[in-house]
Amino acid sequence: MIYAIVFLPLVGFLIAGALGPWIGVRASELVTTGFLMICAVLSWVVFFDVALGHNHGYAPIIGNWMTVGDLKVDWALRVDTLTAVMLVVVNTVSSLVHLYSIGYMHEDPDRPRFFAYLSLFTFAMLMLVTADNLVQMFFGWEGVGLASYLLIGFWYQKPSANAAAIKAFVVNRVGDFGFALGIFLVFQLTKSLGFEEVFAAVPGLAGKTIHVFGMDVDALTLATFLLFIGAMGKSAQFLLHTWLPDAMEGPTPVSALIHAATMVTAGVFMVARLSPIFEYAPATLEFVTLVGAVTAIFAATVGLVQNDIKRVIAYSTCSQLGYMFVAEGVGAYSIGVYHLFTHAFFKALLFLGAGSVIHAMHHEQDMRNMGGLRKDIPFTFAMMIIGTLALTGFPFTAGFYSKDAIIEAAYAASEHHHIAMFAFVATVAAAGLTSFYSWRLVFMTFFGARKDSAVQTDHADEEPTAQELAHADADQTHQDHSHDHGHGHDDHGHHAPHESPIVMLAPLAVLGLGALGAGIVFGKYFIGHDYDEFWKGSLFTGRDNHIIHKFHDVALGVGLAPTVVMALGFVVALYFYVLKPGTAQALARTFPRLYRFLLNKWYFDELYDFLFVRPAFALGRMFWKGGDGAIIDGLGPDGVAARVADGAKLAVRLQTGYVYHYAFAMLIGVAAVVTYFIAGGLR
Amino acid sequence: MFGFGILSGVTFLPLVGVAFLLTQKGDDEASLRNIRWATLATTLATFALSLVIWSGFDTTSAAFQFVEEKNWLGSGLVYKMGVDGFSMPFVLLTTFLMPFAILASWDSIQKRVKEYMIAFLVLETLMIGVFCALDIVLFYLFFEGGLIPMFLIIGIWGGKRRVYASFKFFLYTLVGSLLMLVAILAMYGKAGTTDITVLLHTDFPKEMQTWLWLAFFASFAVKMPMWPVHTWLPDAHVEAPTAGSVILAAILLKMGGYGFIRFSLPMFPDASTNFAPLIYALSVIAIVYTSLVALVQEDIKKLIAYSSVAHMGFVTMGLFTLNAQGMQGAIFQMISHGLVSGALFLCVGVIYDRMHTREISAYGGLVNRMPIYAFVFMLFTMANVGLPGTTGFIGEFLSLTGAFQANSWVALIATSGVVLSAAYALYLYRRVIFGVLDKASLKNITDLTPREIAIFTPLVLLTLYYGIQPQAILNATQASVDNLIQTHTALIDAVKLAAAGQ
Repeated sequence: MIYAIVFLPLVGFLIAGALGPWIGVRASELVTTGFLMICAVLSWVVFFDVALGHNHGYAPIIGNWMTVGDLKVDWALRVDTLTAVMLVVVNTVSSLVHLYSIGYMHEDPDRPRFFAYLSLFTFAMLMLVTADNLVQMFFGWEGVGLASYLLIGFWYQKPSANAAAIKAFVVNRVGDFGFALGIFLVFQLTKSLGFEEVFAAVPGLAGKTIHVFGMDVDALTLATFLLFIGAMGKSAQFLLHTWLPDAMEGPTPVSALIHAATMVTAGVFMVARLSPIFEYAPATLEFVTLVGAVTAIFAATVGLVQNDIKRVIAYSTCSQLGYMFVAEGVGAYSIGVYHLFTHAFFKALLFLGAGSVIHAMHHEQDMRNMGGLRKDIPFTFAMMIIGTLALTGFPFTAGFYSKDAIIEAAYAASEHHHIAMFAFVATVAAAGLTSFYSWRLVFMTFFGARKDSAVQTDHADEEPTAQELAHADADQTHQDHSHDHGHGHDDHGHHAPHESPIVMLAPLAVLGLGALGAGIVFGKYFIGHDYDEFWKGSLFTGRDNHIIHKFHDVALGVGLAPTVVMALGFVVALYFYVLKPGTAQALARTFPRLYRFLLNKWYFDELYDFLFVRPAFALGRMFWKGGDGAIIDGLGPDGVAARVADGAKLAVRLQTGYVYHYAFAMLIGVAAVVTYFIAGGLR
Repeated sequence: MFGFGILSGVTFLPLVGVAFLLTQKGDDEASLRNIRWATLATTLATFALSLVIWSGFDTTSAAFQFVEEKNWLGSGLVYKMGVDGFSMPFVLLTTFLMPFAILASWDSIQKRVKEYMIAFLVLETLMIGVFCALDIVLFYLFFEGGLIPMFLIIGIWGGKRRVYASFKFFLYTLVGSLLMLVAILAMYGKAGTTDITVLLHTDFPKEMQTWLWLAFFASFAVKMPMWPVHTWLPDAHVEAPTAGSVILAAILLKMGGYGFIRFSLPMFPDASTNFAPLIYALSVIAIVYTSLVALVQEDIKKLIAYSSVAHMGFVTMGLFTLNAQGMQGAIFQMISHGLVSGALFLCVGVIYDRMHTREISAYGGLVNRMPIYAFVFMLFTMANVGLPGTTGFIGEFLSLTGAFQANSWVALIATSGVVLSAAYALYLYRRVIFGVLDKASLKNITDLTPREIAIFTPLVLLTLYYGIQPQAILNATQASVDNLIQTHTALIDAVKLAAAGQ
């Protein structure tokens, strides 16, 4: 069964990718979507068997990949509770996104390619979550990176999409650089890369110091730190987050599947999977918490002022991933995975809902050009409300259980954990910001007056400061205009907004159900009473790690804090955007620097451009013209040849140079031999 | 069987084709077709024959196999051939790629077709000879002889600056080779034989090793090419015809790496250990430096040429780690690079044949009219970047794993190459393939022809197959690598012991 789950998407990819032009668009759609439906059903069967049932999991080996010296790597499909959770998340969302895309992409002539890529992505993601060793995980890791690259750049005629695709791949590669080094170090320490062997060896390595990179460091701390850099890249954490907002250049279903529900959570999954190592590296866990907390608050602040509907949700994703890492950093891996699970539903819902809005608005993405849509697209509106409630943690929705658990766990851990208190404050604050920007999105999109989308470039009435302030900023301008490229849909930009077809709405309904119910139904398994029977040891917690029990016992005030700030965020957003429109603009005018700082995403793109991109090109040019050209060639072949026969014709010069070289080389050779005999004492 | 063994058969079979070509007179279309088909048939037959070597090869043994020995020239010089785990894969790689080189020249070469084909067949004999020779003088003859046809291929059938490029190529490699010749004479003087199997067990004094190592290094470093003696490569590639670039990148570059494994490492173990830091330094410089240079190239071939230098950095680094992962990874990387860079140059050839320019800026949006080409180019770009599932990953991953155990700093800097390679490769791909096809000159460009699809299909399949199932190649090299490492460790330990005993 697990073979079918993993390889059906691959078959779908091959069929749609290779035969797409022959079997036609509809067949490609049906084959890939049908396969994914089967996968989703089978995944739930596995979930009931392995996670909820009593099956302790299995890991059938498909075959050997490579064996070199001590290094032995197999292709295998590991299934335990953690994998089963991921299977359910990946295949459920993927199948719904496939279905949704039939409607969303219906005008696109390249649909077979699109569906092929979606299935390729799903396959790679499944290889990642079923990996039984670090190298196969890396295979899936890079595979999803490739699929992400292809899908972000799907509309290859848009320069911005191409740039975003490359950026995503290269920034991820920076993370992979750490991941790879982590793998090398783990191999050096344990002489194996299979999870079981590595995990068995880890306790014996606790506290061991090694000499690497010229320093004496704690072996496991460094190994986990390097691996975590990989997780930071894939999960778009602070400093390596810059690719995620740009990735919104891809079609919206892609954003829902890859850049919200699945691929970006791979880092969270990795830390959970490697919890038997991370548990022995408390210093790294503190770093994980720090990165998660900073990301949670940072991304939320940027999300406050973005105007592109997808970018708001993208920053929200970034922020929520930070929450998951906070949970894992304080040792509550199950809570992190639980939030991954619930987040997949409501964030995919929000993205697909946003896609429905964009579809209704004929590929308009700027919220300043939206408004009053709740009457035009009531179903989408209802679903967006559900998603927003779940994201902000409204009581009894999915996010309420998982997000509040993270905040409580951070608080509960603060006795022993240096960063936990900071993480607690940061996540509470971020919860308030989350509530604000989420409701801001809803109010700007669905409330207020209808805008005429025909006057796309005239934003004078809404947050005019944005245009005033950003006009000098090339990147921002470019971002504002990105929707104009619209991929051939501009021809019908003046129609009234319309509700999406059923094929798009049905996935919304399913996800809405998950966003409402995933918390109530599964909470006791993931983080509650049935914890042990559910996880069956697939997550590891050290002997002194009692966080999963302690977080239930935090003070009432702590438990209420996120709900209070959530309500506060809602009220402020309501005041700013419904009760007294214009407040936000006034505020932006009062604090122009702060506004611009947030609008430009803390200037990370500019900073990285200055620090890395430009120097790389400058160095390349310098090495090429200066190093290769002037120095090496100048002193080498060209220089010698030029000196030998100045003024002679080219051919003559080169030929003379050739003889000269010959003689010169012989001289060196003779000199070398003579030197040798002298050095050897002239036998 | 016929008075000679299979290795001689494979080595000299191309010359039989040459003999036939020499009988062909006339410049009309019919005889040109004959010449092309005869050449292709010869290379295919050679490949088929080489498969016999592969199937009969005992992968559990580190010894030389299919050994043939004949007296030759007297006075200790013998004609001796044989293959082991180091050389067998390269023989196969050579015979496998030659038909592609011929197919790639099918339409693009229109002048002096007969001479061109002869040059390639002679080159094939010499290249196979390099990998099969078990006598160091014989090796030297093949090794240097290979220069001549390649020199002619670039100089006669090359681009605008072909004369400059071919002379630069010739000069660079010759300087190194002469030093090697001196070293060979010195070795003969010491050991009294030129038989490689004997030399492998000769203990050269420590100081002598240093000089011999340096002399061989001069030759192999140029061939690799290692930084800073790499500047001939971009020029040679740019000016060479497509098939010339393919063979140059895929096989001629491997002779340097092969030389290190065949001579430097086993024959001069002390010197190799002492000079390993130098090799590491040059390797990581090559990886970072040439990757950055590749980023700013405006000529497609030059970009791929620089990327080759970077990839060869992984090879030299891996070889001198002297551990199983590093060495096998390095050898695998050479094979993989042979497939992938060969295929990339073929990709360039496809559009060069159509547009007659290699300027990146002359292209853009090709995917709109050439979807199959875009797919093929994407696959090899990803293999070049080392994406898991392709051969490129196995070589890079193993050599880096080995390097990390040998020296973590080296691995750290070299691993940054994975970021840079992604940057330059995808940046190239974007400029050539993606975007709007708005250049008038490209409006009528056509997708791959059936002949071109036939060329790429086997390469695509092998790149994926050996990326997922690399063990066939890894097994072939394993026994020889293990043997070399054991011998080396024993020798170094003995030296240490002797030093401690004094």
